[in-house]
Order: sequence, then structure tokens, then C-alpha cells
Amino acid sequence: MIKARNSLGLVFFPAFDWAISPTHPEREERLLYTKDQLFEEGVEDIEGIQFYNPIIANEKDIQRVHFCVPDVESRLTKSHFISAGGAIRAMEAKMKGEVDKAFAMVRPPGHHAQRVVYGDRGFCVINVEAVMLERIRQEYRDLRVAIIDTDCHHGDGTQDIYWNDKDTLFISFHQDGRTLYPGTGFLDEFGGPAAYGYNINIPLPAGTSDEGFLYLLDHVVLPILEEYKPDIIINSAGQDNHYTDPLTNMNFSAQGYAQLNSKLDPDIAILEGGYSIEGALPYVNLGIVLAMAGLDYSHVREPDYNEEGLKQDKRTSEYIKELSRHVYKRWENREELWAKNIKGRENVILKRQVYYDTDGILETQRQNFIVCNKCSGLNTIDSQSDSGYHIYAITIPRDGCPNCLDQGYRIYKNASPGAYTDVYLQDRINDHYCAK
Amino acid sequence: MIVGLDMGGTHIDGVIVSEGSIIDTIKTPRYADDLFESIWMTLEKLLMGHDISKIKRINLSTTVSTNAIVEGKTSPVGMIIQSGPGMPHDFLACGCENSFISGYIDHRGKVVEDLKLEEIEDVKIKFKEKNIKSCAIVTKFSTRNFDHELRIKDLLEDGFSHITMGHTLSGRLNFPRRVFTSYLNAATYHTFRDFSTSIQNAMEQKGADIPLFILKADGGTTSLQEAGKKPVETILSGPAASFMGLNALLNTQKDALLLDIGGTTTDIFFLADGVPLFEPIGIEIHGYKTLIRAIYSFSIGLGGDSSIDIVNHELKIGPKRHGPPYALGGPKPTPSDAMIALGLMEAGHRQMAIDAIKGLGKSLNLSVEDTANKILDTMSNMIKAKVDELLVSINSKPVYTVRELLHGKKIEPQLINIIGGPANCLAAILEKKFNLPCYCPRHYGVANAIGAAMAKITQDITLLGDTSRGILSSAEFGFQERISKDFTLEDMRSRALELLKRKAMELGAKEDEIEAEIVEESSFNMVDGFFTKGKNMRVEAQIRPGLAGDLLVANPQEHKYSIKDDKYDQSKK
Repeated sequence: MIKARNSLGLVFFPAFDWAISPTHPEREERLLYTKDQLFEEGVEDIEGIQFYNPIIANEKDIQRVHFCVPDVESRLTKSHFISAGGAIRAMEAKMKGEVDKAFAMVRPPGHHAQRVVYGDRGFCVINVEAVMLERIRQEYRDLRVAIIDTDCHHGDGTQDIYWNDKDTLFISFHQDGRTLYPGTGFLDEFGGPAAYGYNINIPLPAGTSDEGFLYLLDHVVLPILEEYKPDIIINSAGQDNHYTDPLTNMNFSAQGYAQLNSKLDPDIAILEGGYSIEGALPYVNLGIVLAMAGLDYSHVREPDYNEEGLKQDKRTSEYIKELSRHVYKRWENREELWAKNIKGRENVILKRQVYYDTDGILETQRQNFIVCNKCSGLNTIDSQSDSGYHIYAITIPRDGCPNCLDQGYRIYKNASPGAYTDVYLQDRINDHYCAK
Repeated sequence: MIVGLDMGGTHIDGVIVSEGSIIDTIKTPRYADDLFESIWMTLEKLLMGHDISKIKRINLSTTVSTNAIVEGKTSPVGMIIQSGPGMPHDFLACGCENSFISGYIDHRGKVVEDLKLEEIEDVKIKFKEKNIKSCAIVTKFSTRNFDHELRIKDLLEDGFSHITMGHTLSGRLNFPRRVFTSYLNAATYHTFRDFSTSIQNAMEQKGADIPLFILKADGGTTSLQEAGKKPVETILSGPAASFMGLNALLNTQKDALLLDIGGTTTDIFFLADGVPLFEPIGIEIHGYKTLIRAIYSFSIGLGGDSSIDIVNHELKIGPKRHGPPYALGGPKPTPSDAMIALGLMEAGHRQMAIDAIKGLGKSLNLSVEDTANKILDTMSNMIKAKVDELLVSINSKPVYTVRELLHGKKIEPQLINIIGGPANCLAAILEKKFNLPCYCPRHYGVANAIGAAMAKITQDITLLGDTSRGILSSAEFGFQERISKDFTLEDMRSRALELLKRKAMELGAKEDEIEAEIVEESSFNMVDGFFTKGKNMRVEAQIRPGLAGDLLVANPQEHKYSIKDDKYDQSKK
């Protein structure tokens, strides 16, 4: 039998009895053919590959990351707790040294879920990776982490959660927001005042193929990781860059995905989107599993794979080359850019509207990042939804200083209940959450 | 009357059961290397003095296929493997000749790339040049579409004396295991056929027209004829016989731990609400992982005759056996010596046992009694540790639905049933360690033969329905038919049960003793864009291993062996 070069933990939880709705892309059948493929290939018999069941995340795990409005229980189904629990189990296996690497094939996905949660957006309610990572940081130690979002859609939820966190580098490459949901993920979204430069977006033109993805990996992502030196690399592994995906317009293949994972060498991968359930997922998932286990993936190929037909045109290649150069330069110059755009400011205000496409809710929010020279600083969110809520939320960051800690509680105490339907405080120093 | 025979490593056990009573038993050493001779002589002896016209059936647990595999006495096999894209496939080359051919079928059973007929012609020539008689054909996803396997077989048919097709052996997905299982089937085909012919001839000469059944690793039986087609199903039936014997002697409907503590090993089994637990995918033999359904069993190198050493001032028991206990002239102290020294067991020379234990006690600074007790305590701890470990792994087996994850069945043994030489002596200690009641039958000498005798026909089926392609199929039944768009899961269920029953009757089961059940089912809407284009339905059904009636408590005065369910006698403590 085959022996894996890297021991690999797999949390495979297809949730065969859960769907957003019967014909929704996020439905029971989504991982059925992936299961068939993995089972027929005999993945469970590979020496060094170990399957795990998810654990079930709890309310506190969710509150470490999100402000669920009005509360956790009313926003989540059991499946969300299990999906997050699956990711937690995967990373736990890595942290305990049970395996070298882990891949959680869980659903529903999470990378569109932001800090405030009124409902489902982009098929996501809670940010599975962030819930996982914050639980692990709480139980183990403050890890320096890089999250590489390889889903075709911009990981706007993860961006929002780690916007002001220098210890969590977020890099998302995705189909350009001008041509795809959620319409964000541009170069100038560069991070909050305490983490300016640590949120990196690489919007790609439609039609990008293996060549383009691997080019930007070699020329942007890997060099940045080389400098950032994370303890842990997480692949937010959406599979909708695939050429057969019904919701996107890219030309990535199973071979490309496998090569990407082989080069990126992530410690953890978490399944995100990907809705070509018959033509892509079985092959892409197999490719990722083999690549992560350090096994030969050169025979993985889709039935209709046509290398010639998927080649990107010259103009696309040129564009990606230029884009990569530009993105990398911004990373190199992040301190100058900080001096130019942030330095000397007492706070940074972020105003925006967030649309919950799955649930049809519109949110208007104003985030305030208070600059502190001793820590990442407090931040607050004033948010209203057309579903009738007006909330105020305060976050005291993990590295918060005593002043910010006191001030956070003071703001919470003084927030007038009359003005808001709900007021929340997330104290990440003491792992405490309160609501009124 | 039903006859049960079990071929063990050193002995052959036989039993005749009539209306729930054991009316005769036999235990004979294996006479010769020839398995058939040994069996036939045991059978003749057992049947002596009985009216053979009253024998309804003979159930045989044999090591014919197992021995052939383990001792490497198998036929050379030519493997034809269509591996398609996916995993690397070099490791699948298990035959003496291996041809990896082109073409492939995807997970839905669609032919993506057709066979190249000229390749098959070349393979045929190559195999014939090498004088190969047995072939196996396995294609990836042949359980979803076995057309390629059938077509290749047609092309080879006239050239070889046996051809195994992968899809006939199991409906389950796992291509590497299908390759290895098919290989083993083709490799043992001729050995088993010779055995089967010998036994049929011998029966004919004796003028006995008794149906013969062969025990399988899943604790059920199959007809001799069917076993001839799938000899690989008869591998490792020994633990299954012992498991069935334990169940016949001590029946329960609860979650239970079953232990067979022998001289060399302890076999561990589990029951979930009285239902046997199976190996998750299939059994492993001689390094080959297979798709053969089997009773879950785990064997540890720990028994009454395990050697005891002192390593770093600690007792080390097993995993090796270097001979009989010291009290019986063996070279090393053993747990049996500890039992003999304590007066719990009567065998050999007690003084020799005491001497052996005293020797160990010296290095430990313990009295004979303390040393002997420590040995039994250590042995029980070893069993407990392994059982706990196995339960953790069994109870964390992967599940795929929210319902199962939240409410899935967990096995929590309520009692322990034990057989084997040291069983009685260890019961009290195990009872304390596990905090569970322990039961041992008073007489277990021919438990395996009883297990074989009481076993019934088993069969399983995986039925797939794809209403968008309009196909209903079962690979292992070689069955395929058209279905309409409105075929339902309910239709699937009744079809599966009907096919199972028909097959079981073909194998020789009586209609009224067939209890078929659905084990797993699922139905998925297949959606194209935002429209449902059909249903993908899967049903697994089985006739699970069960006992052909209850065993009555026999009167010890009347028969050579008595069987009685009795709670372990607490006063022995």
C-alpha cells in the first residue's frame, strides 16, 4: 500500500442531510461525488492518512469572532457548529502533533462571514477558519498565521475579521470584484491602522489559468510568506476557480490546484466554495489530498481536461505579470505607505454597506479603529440592518493594553441601551463576551 | 441434524446439533498435511453411529484458502487493471503478470475513454506465453459500470481456466482493495476447487447427498458451489466461527464485549445491541487489504501459554508462545502456570508451576502468591487497555450526516462473554477491571464447531439507482435494468430485499429463515442549474449473520459435552 510522505488528517464531513434549500448549490449532494472518488481511490487505506469526525463548536467559539445579531443561537444551524468544529478538529490534530497537516472538507463554508452576522451571505454564516484559529490561539498560544484564500470569490469575511491584526496575514486572490460577487477585494484594501499592509488582495482577470495562478504564487505569495515567516499557513481552499464551476469564469484545473498546494505547502486547508460538484470537486479534492500528503498527484485529471483549450491568452499573462509586480511592491513599501496614509491619525473610520445575498439583508456599518501606540487598539462597530436591528459592538484585541481594556469596558458600560437594540463587548484579552 | 466442523491450527472440532441440543462432538488433531484428508477423517468419525440420512446440512469452516495464501501455495495470476486517472497505481501490481490497460469510467459510471481491443489481444498472448491459467480483471469504478470488465472477459474467455471480475466480489467502492481481493480470488481458485471436488467425490462415494456449506469471515455461510466461485470469501473464517460459537453459547441482545482467550492469543469482538460488528471495509490477510466482509475481530498475542519474562523489573507477558506451560513441560513460565500455582486450574504438575512462578517472584521481590496474582492482574490490564483503545476507535468511525454525528450509536458494553482455557480464572479479575458482569459457558471445547453448525446463509447487496440515466444496478449481483424517472427510494428498498431473498434461496436458504434488512440508504436530488434532473439513490441491504435456532442447555449426563449458561461463580474469588 501507499505511504504518505506527510501524515495528513482528514475531516471529511459532507453533511448529507443539510442544505440551504433543495436546489441551492450548497445542498446535500455537494460532496457526494467527492466521497465516491476518495473512497474508490482507497484514500482511507493510505498509510499516514487519518480520518477524523468533527467536534461540535460551542457558542463561546463563535463569540470569540462574531457578533451574531441578536444572538448565536438564532443565527446558526447545527451544521454551522459542526462545520466549524470540523475545522477545529483538523487544526487540533496538527497542534497535538497527531499529524503533519490537516484538511477539513466541511460544509457550509465560511469565508464571506464577517464580524457582524445578521444572516447568511455568500452561503456563509460564520467564518469557519476564524472560529477555528481563535479557538486554537486561545487553547494553545498566540500563533503567527498566514491565511491564503484560494477561493474564486474575495474572502471579504476573513478580511473583515483580521483587518487590524498584524499576526494574521491575509492574502486573497480571486476573480476581479468588478466581475464577481462580493464586489470587493481590491488592492487598496490594505488593512487597518495596526496592520497596514497585512491584508493583501490580488484581483485576477476572468480566464486566468494554471499558468497565471502559479505565476502569482511564485512571484507574490511565496516571497511574501518567506518574509512574513508564519508559524502556520492556512489555505482557505475554495475550488471555484475550476474551469467547470457554474458560478465563476476562471480556468484553473485539478492539476493546478494540486501544484498550488504542493508549492504553498499549507499546514491546514479548509474547504470553502466550489460548486462544480461532479466535474471538479472529486478531482480537485483528490489533488489537494495527494499534494498535502506529499504523494504523486500527476495522474489526477478531469474527464474533460483539455490543456490547450484552457490556456490563458497572452494579454492575461502580461496583465498578471504586471499585477504581481505591483502587489509585491506595495508589500515591500508597506511601511512608507503606512507613513503616508495612516501615521499621525488618532483613528480610522470605515463606512460601508454589506449585502447578505443569501438572506436578502442590507447592513450599513461604521467601524472605528482607534490608534494606540501600545497595542492594536480598540475598535467599535455601529451597525444597522434593514431587518430592524441597530447594534453597537466593541472589540478589545488580543494584544490590548491595560488602558484599552479599561476603555473598552467603559464604552460598553456607557453605551446607552435606548439608542441600540443590542450592545456587545468582545474582550479578547480575558476571552470574555458580554451583551446587553 | 446439522453438522458443524471447524478446522483450527492444530485441531479439527466437530459437532452434531439436533433441535438445539448438542448430540455429539469430536476434537481430533490434524492427521496430515492434507486438509481434505483431515476433514474427511474427522467427519467420518463424528458421523459414526448416526443416521446420516437425517443430516440436513454440513457447515464447514476451512482454512483451505487462508493457508494457500499465507503459505504462498497459490496459482500464478495474470492481472488486467484499468486504473484510469487518479492515484498512482504501481503498487497494485500484485499478480505474476500485470497489465495496466487504457480506458476509463468515471464516478457516475460514464465511460470517458473506451477500451483498446488490441491491448487486450496483446495481454492474452503475453499471459498465454507465461502459461498463466488464472486471470483477474479489475477496472476503476467497475461497481458503477462493469461493462469494461465484462467485455474484457468475453475477449479472454476461451484462453484461461478461471477469470475473476472485480465487480462480482463486492458492491463497495475501493479500487485498490478490489484489485487485491480479485487477485486473491483468482489465486486461490484452483486450490479451493481441488478441495471442493475431493469432498464432493468422497460424499458421493459414501452415498451421502447432504448439502455442504462453507463458513465465511462474516459469520455466515454460503453454498459450496458459490464458495467455489468466490473462494476468497472463505478466508479467515476461524475467528468468525469462534464469534458465532460464543453467541450460540451465551446469547445476548445488549452491547457486549466478547473474548476468546486461547493459548497463544486473545481475540476481541463486540456486539452492538446483540448485533455483530463488522470490519469497516473488509478484512486484511497476509498484507492484502480486501473487500471481504468480516466480523470485526482484533487479536492480541496474549494467552494462557504466553511466555513471561521480567524486563526492567516489570512483568512482560507475550506476545510469543514458546511452548506449553512450565507445569506441562514447557520451557517458560506462563499465565497458565500462575493459575495452576494458585490452584485455580488443574493441569500438569502444580509444584513445577509454583517453581516457575517463584523464579519470577525472586526478581520482583514478591511471594509466589503475589507474583501469580500480579501476572493475572497484568494480563487483565493488557486486555482492558486494548479493549478501551479499540472502543475509542470504533466509536469515532467516520459519519457523514448531522443526525449521525449528533445521535449516532456508540458501543458501550454492558457485559462480557468469555470463552477459552483461562476464561474462568480471569473472569473475576476482568469483572472488577471493567466493572461489568462476566459470563463464561462451562464447556467451550468445541465452541468454534458449534459456531459453524449454527451459522446461516448471509448475503449483502449494494443497489444503485440513477433516475437521470435511468439505470438500476448491483455490481456484485451482475444486475442491471432500466428504471423510469419516477422510481422511488421505496421501490429501491423492496427491489433490494427481493434480490437478496432470491439470491439466498439460490444459495440454499429456506424462505422462512431469511431475514433481510436495509442497512443504509440515501437519496440525493441531482440538480442541473436550478432544476432537478433526477435522483441518485443508494441502498445497502443484508441478510446478517444469525443463529439457526437457539441452543438448548444440554444435560451433562446424556452427552459427551454439556453446554450451560452460567454466571461465573463468585465464590471462586
